[in-house]
Amino acid sequence: MQRYSLWSLARNALSHHQNWQRAWRSPPLKAEYDVIIIGAGGHGLATAHYLARNHGITHVAVLERGALGTGNIARNTVTIRSNYLRDESIPFYVKTVALFDELTKELNFNLMYSKRSMIDVVQTSPKMRDLRRRMLNMYNHGSTYEPLSVEELRRRIPSLTGGGPDSRLPILGGMLHPDAATCRHDAVAWGFARSADDQGVEMHQNTAVTALLRGPDGRICGVETNRGTVRAAKVAVVVSGHTTTITETIGLRLPIKTINLTAFVSEPVKPLIDVIVNCPDIGVYIIQSDRGELIIGGANDLGQSFRRDIKQSVFEDAVVAMLELFPAFKRLKLMRQWGGTLDISHDASPIVSKTPIGGLYVSAGWWGGFKAVPAGGYTLAHLIAKDEPHPLIEPFSLERFRHLDFVLEAGTTTAR
Amino acid sequence: MLLISCPHCGQRNESEFIHGGPARMRRPQDPSALADEAWVDYLTVPANPLGPIDEKWWHARGCGAWIVLRRDTMTHRFLPRSNDGS
Repeated sequence: MQRYSLWSLARNALSHHQNWQRAWRSPPLKAEYDVIIIGAGGHGLATAHYLARNHGITHVAVLERGALGTGNIARNTVTIRSNYLRDESIPFYVKTVALFDELTKELNFNLMYSKRSMIDVVQTSPKMRDLRRRMLNMYNHGSTYEPLSVEELRRRIPSLTGGGPDSRLPILGGMLHPDAATCRHDAVAWGFARSADDQGVEMHQNTAVTALLRGPDGRICGVETNRGTVRAAKVAVVVSGHTTTITETIGLRLPIKTINLTAFVSEPVKPLIDVIVNCPDIGVYIIQSDRGELIIGGANDLGQSFRRDIKQSVFEDAVVAMLELFPAFKRLKLMRQWGGTLDISHDASPIVSKTPIGGLYVSAGWWGGFKAVPAGGYTLAHLIAKDEPHPLIEPFSLERFRHLDFVLEAGTTTAR
Repeated sequence: MLLISCPHCGQRNESEFIHGGPARMRRPQDPSALADEAWVDYLTVPANPLGPIDEKWWHARGCGAWIVLRRDTMTHRFLPRSNDGS
């Protein structure tokens, strides 16, 4: 792999940037691999990277229906955080933050990682109690959460001028999560893809999996694609949103609903907000990107949906909520909007698990899956290589539903 | 915004409705006689089709009726459904 550095930049500048290597190859599709990963998004590519890096498994194909890194890895709101509630969840997200801290160096790819902290703006006392409870549990697992007074909150976010004592929901205080960060989401996909390719993994774009295949012994034996049959003893479904569409081709039903989550960006403006602002009581969160655009995330669309656009009603709700706290943003022009399809499990926690079908693995149910990309890939690679779950994802198996042993995390995501 | 056809009020904005989840989830008659898998299946596994789905809507900011509609999860179009008295 051609390493990226100041020297390589200078050297290539001398040849007018005509001699850069391609970031990854496009090899012909073989008939058989050791492992097939369906989906070249964040989680799929991270899994491929860690399979090669940590377990030496490199005879791997990542099959992607469209272009690499154009699913939810390109359609999220770039927040990396570990402020969760449950004993099972927090260590997993602490791990993902730790992996993100080192990722730029590990992948030799500039992720524009910005550890800018997140502030929750709290407007109701039940939410305040809930966050204090989360704070105490997070201390147990090495994450960080600190209460902020209203004065301190307004000092840190000067554009937060709404929510005064006479408003519908006056601001009661806040919580600071110093571990929270943002980074360039596309670079995560490209960095993992480049690194996996360097270690021998093959990425095949425009290769849509149409069905899973089972052998006579009932185990998985490969996949049917639009480019023919590809065989493998182990197959991982990492397709966010369309998980059930794929697993139902061999009759495997999962406790998952596919929904649409909305986000949009404003026109670029001067630096206004240098932290991630989350307003859980009114259901909106705001980040300013490096280009100056405000990235605004709202709630999910009601009901199941496989669409990637947004609904006017959901969009209006988010804008109305934002203007309650940031009335000065009334004149901002909104430039682009998008939705992503998420598959939400019954308890709003992810599923990284073996399935009743031997050799078939599933990584699904990610609500806020962007932050989980490194740890999700790290643990799924462990599961595929050893056929045993990594301790961090043991609580997130499909078995938990059988025993009604839920990891309830609705409310610690943007879910209202 | 969806336009939802209420049998009492006609075409109304989606913002008047509250989504009520999947329709016609029949509770098993005798849960204690059921195998664990089948009970967990009923409790946690919803239909998640890329296509038509039956779901309940509550016209909360209108006439207050609960209605069952068939909607396509990809196109958001409402489809006719056979009237079987449910």
